[in-house]
Amino acid sequence: MSDISQAPGAKPETTDFSNVGRTAWWRRGFFASQTAYVAAALIVIMIVMSLLSSAFLSPGNLANVAKNFSFVGIVTLGVTFVIVTGGIDLSVGSTMALAAITCAIVMQAVSGTAIDTISLVGMIVSLGAGLGVALLIGLVNGLLIARIGLSPFVTTLGMLSIVRGLAYAVTEGRGQAPTGPDVDLFYGLTDGNIAGIPVAVIYLLVLAAIMGVVLHHTAFGRHVFALGGNEKAAALTGVAVERVKVAVYILSALSAGFAGILMVGWLGSAPANLATGYELTIIAAAVIGGANLTGGVGGPAGAVIGALLIEVIRNGLVLAGINAYWQIVLVGGIIILAVLVDRMRTMRMTP
Amino acid sequence: MSLLVLQDIGKEFGAIRALSHVNLTIKPGEVVGLMGDNGAGKSTLVKIIAGNFPPSHGRVLFEDREVHFTKPVDARGVGIEVVYQDLALADNLTAAANVFLGRELKRKVGPFSFLDHAAMNQRTGELFRELKSETRPDDVVRVMSGGQRQAVAIARTRLARAKLILMDEPTAAISVRQVAEVLDLIRRLRDAGIAVILISHRMPDVFSVCERVVVMRRGNKVADKPINQSSPEEVTALITGAKEAA
Repeated sequence: MSDISQAPGAKPETTDFSNVGRTAWWRRGFFASQTAYVAAALIVIMIVMSLLSSAFLSPGNLANVAKNFSFVGIVTLGVTFVIVTGGIDLSVGSTMALAAITCAIVMQAVSGTAIDTISLVGMIVSLGAGLGVALLIGLVNGLLIARIGLSPFVTTLGMLSIVRGLAYAVTEGRGQAPTGPDVDLFYGLTDGNIAGIPVAVIYLLVLAAIMGVVLHHTAFGRHVFALGGNEKAAALTGVAVERVKVAVYILSALSAGFAGILMVGWLGSAPANLATGYELTIIAAAVIGGANLTGGVGGPAGAVIGALLIEVIRNGLVLAGINAYWQIVLVGGIIILAVLVDRMRTMRMTP
Repeated sequence: MSLLVLQDIGKEFGAIRALSHVNLTIKPGEVVGLMGDNGAGKSTLVKIIAGNFPPSHGRVLFEDREVHFTKPVDARGVGIEVVYQDLALADNLTAAANVFLGRELKRKVGPFSFLDHAAMNQRTGELFRELKSETRPDDVVRVMSGGQRQAVAIARTRLARAKLILMDEPTAAISVRQVAEVLDLIRRLRDAGIAVILISHRMPDVFSVCERVVVMRRGNKVADKPINQSSPEEVTALITGAKEAA
């Protein structure tokens, strides 16, 4: 009953694809993606910079670049999930700050109490509190956007302001330093090195690898892409659109919370203005790396490469002694250049 | 046994009456052409059967049991699949990913389950061979022709082992050769015992594959007769209102 291939008068099976051409290998897949040529541009820039400045390849400078870009990179991974669904998350910079502050304040609060007498519990509670606040922010974003149908741009713009305001209100503008018996371990986990590599870089690479697997080898990842490609079709085929949307905003906020906590270890304090304006750098990194703001395209490699490109250029300008304000101008120029090159490339390839 | 029975179906949108007193019976393996001008109520009727919204009045019976659909997933649950006119495909995904969207095959590895790409590509390839479509399972839909896209959308309904397939203008935007292939496919669906409701403006398509033609005009069913007792001229007259009813 279900096999219709043996119907009377059926023609021989078509297996040769003689009628259907296939794009050359270098014009499809990774090689034809924006991520690939931005990666190529990054390598060229790094070679040029190492020739121009002997300081660029010094271990100290490389460690500095690596650490700086890791914070942005981790959040870019999370935001890329949202961008692939066709959404946007502007609240990540503020979320980094509030998660970091919450973590530091809880650490101060539990230090000296009974909780702290048991090894590690104080730190676990503070990390949990920081990430919990981030999760809550993501949940509110996700529910407003997925359940009620508010625009992602406006919702997360409002959340940016609310969360940043809370960060100032809770701290009254004063930086919060982590304390307690586990503080050394906290610094080790957030700002330490493993075999000379900053832990933040290791977190970034591990998270990027996990994200790659999730996006391309799980049903959830496939639904994330489907939402960005054709949300109506996804809903009609039975994809749990609301659940996937809420999940991506939670992932975005959690990545921000995690990176914020790492920054506390790096700075030794959680100031209320932590990561102000980072949302723009993060979205820029995602877009430079090849994520498409209209949805459906993006991945961890692009997020990491985009974040690294911005940091390498920033670092290059510093080494060249160019005024730091020009960095901002240049990053904007690169964003437009990256999408411009992509546009020209796709125009050439579309018949 | 009847597969689908609509009893006295009516639907109002505010003050607008889109359907009134429609009765329709579909038997298993029957191919029925649903015709009518724009605004005649075809789409509303199809959306009620597909579960996009419930009717304002009347009853829907599927396999002799009354059903109440509120969303498309409900209809799909009992075996009703729709090939939408815009095909409802995600352009950025491969053919196989679209066919299996929402019902991916997975492999368990410890506590995690991962997509079984090989199995999905293989099954999709089989479906395309059944459909005689030169479409690669791992090609992205964005680069496909209209006929290939149609094949992907139809393969999706085959995967679900549907009992009733609603096809909304499946031949509206494809080449002559592909039209013949789609009509051929409809015949093979019928031979496999699957009922098809073909919504079409193209008279030759309806007269070449359908056993019965249903004509709608201004929210009413004005004709429901075997195709060999009707003619394209009569159907045209019924659609335009030159002939009141048949």
